[in-house]
Amino acid sequence: MAGFFTSRLFFVSLALVIVAATLPLYVSGYVLGLLTVAFYFGVFAMAWDLLFGFAGEVNFGPTFLIGVGAYTAGILNAQFGWSVYLCIVLGALASVIAGLVLALPALRVRGPYFGLTTLVAVLMLQNFVVVFADLTGGEIGLTIPDVITINAGANYWIALGFMTISAAILYGLSQSPVGLVLQASGQDPVQAGALGFNIVKHKLAAFVVSAFFSGLSGALLVFYFGTASVGTVVDVAVGVNVIVSAVLGGRRTVLGAALGAIFLIVAGEFLRPTGELATFIVSAVALLVVLFFPGGFLGAALSREARS
Amino acid sequence: MRAFQILIDGFAISALYALGATGFTLIFGVSGVLNLSHGAIMVAAAVAAWAAASILGVGTYAGALIGVGVALLTAFATYFAVVKPIQDSRRIPNEEKEIFVLTGTLLWGIMIQELIAYFFTNNAKTVLPIVEGVVDILGVRTPSNEIFTAIVCCLVIGLLWLLVNRTRTGKAVLAASMNPRGVTLLGLELTNIYIVVWAIYGILAGIAGVLLGMFLGVSSYSVGPLTASAFSIVVLGGLGSVSGSLIAAFVVGYLETLTAYLVSPAYRTIPALLLLVFVMYIRPQGLLGRR
Repeated sequence: MAGFFTSRLFFVSLALVIVAATLPLYVSGYVLGLLTVAFYFGVFAMAWDLLFGFAGEVNFGPTFLIGVGAYTAGILNAQFGWSVYLCIVLGALASVIAGLVLALPALRVRGPYFGLTTLVAVLMLQNFVVVFADLTGGEIGLTIPDVITINAGANYWIALGFMTISAAILYGLSQSPVGLVLQASGQDPVQAGALGFNIVKHKLAAFVVSAFFSGLSGALLVFYFGTASVGTVVDVAVGVNVIVSAVLGGRRTVLGAALGAIFLIVAGEFLRPTGELATFIVSAVALLVVLFFPGGFLGAALSREARS
Repeated sequence: MRAFQILIDGFAISALYALGATGFTLIFGVSGVLNLSHGAIMVAAAVAAWAAASILGVGTYAGALIGVGVALLTAFATYFAVVKPIQDSRRIPNEEKEIFVLTGTLLWGIMIQELIAYFFTNNAKTVLPIVEGVVDILGVRTPSNEIFTAIVCCLVIGLLWLLVNRTRTGKAVLAASMNPRGVTLLGLELTNIYIVVWAIYGILAGIAGVLLGMFLGVSSYSVGPLTASAFSIVVLGGLGSVSGSLIAAFVVGYLETLTAYLVSPAYRTIPALLLLVFVMYIRPQGLLGRR
């Protein structure tokens, strides 16, 4: 861990954050808005990477955790008028509870079976939103009266700060002894258990941490958008984007996941002139990365550094 | 009266689900691949059949054939462009290949979906049915197409059973699903068996897709739900177990039809999802699955 502060990765990340923090001084509000969303997405992808890359849980439903956090915060604010900050905290807490619910089957079933359970969780949440339309706004979406701030620069800094802190905590966790035990239990649970580690405890912790950050980020995103809808925080397609981001950036790197998310959202915007082909091109690039650089962007960069 | 209607409608839907899921489970059973581009291949078949019949005007039979052919080609493309490179890759550790195949086929499915949306728009398309008209069964007015769908599904599944259990190729496929290494020791080329399985899969998915296009219509938005429903049926029945998938398809099909008729079409998928969660808790390997 101590080695990290002298490693090149640390200095590169630090430089990137500093450059990113000065952006509001000279770029347009449009670019800031785009990056704000990308940073929240980055947290989704990092939280997913902790669960999948380290704990080895095939989670097809990152949007279950994100959606529960986002909708809890949104509903509390829209229906009861509670303050924004309280709603955000409660949203994150609701997401932690959802993470515990999701962890129950994970302790019993593995691999594709768990993957399906998470997918079903998303579909159930989606059905719930549509069925209880009075409460959730249904398919149209929930309009939220309050926002954190309307200043594009302030929103950008909040998102950047939140992503940086989350990245530091999640990366630190992944490199700590806890992260190593998680990685071991993901790769060979029987052997890790035989070495005396409590796998159940570690996996539960991974679910709680991942859910906390997903929910918090989802709640913040909702108060940035001013609306919560199935299409932005629950739909399976959103979850696919989170997964693709993490795989693109490099699994098991945590930081790479954030990089992948930013790339995905910015690339999607750059490709907007190509119209409907944008998603096709992004998917094709992602597929090529999966086939030829299975370690992702950061994985490829790190292994080159390790070789030289 | 209503009971008969549920029985008949449910049967047609279930048979269609069964056909769609059989190929999916066969591939998993033999090569351990969960193909998440499944829905995209089905939609590609339906859209090709629709385009051939409605735009080129080749007629319904030729259109259906073209649809199945397109599905076969797409299935081969999936295997050779996505699945095989990942399986052969030396840069991906063996224990992670499963997850890479999942991600790769998922992306591939999105690519197919976007191409379809680009060239043929997102609008729903209904393939012209091969048989038209309405028949009266026990007082229920049923479209002939629905009966045709059910009959074709049952026939194809029957043929598949004969192929797997009665022919030499089929027995090799069956053996590969039990013990791949044993098959290679007997001098059979595993890659050839995989190609046969993907061909069977492509044809099954193609027929299911074209029938679905005639029965309910498809659009590029159906890709995700179709993959999800095949996935859940296969897991409910037990991954790799063809008979398990058949039972699960009928359970899910009837449960959905019952809910749609008796409660509300809006809640159609909810009981099936609840059942799935319940089964995962008490019997994680599915109805007929092996651990």
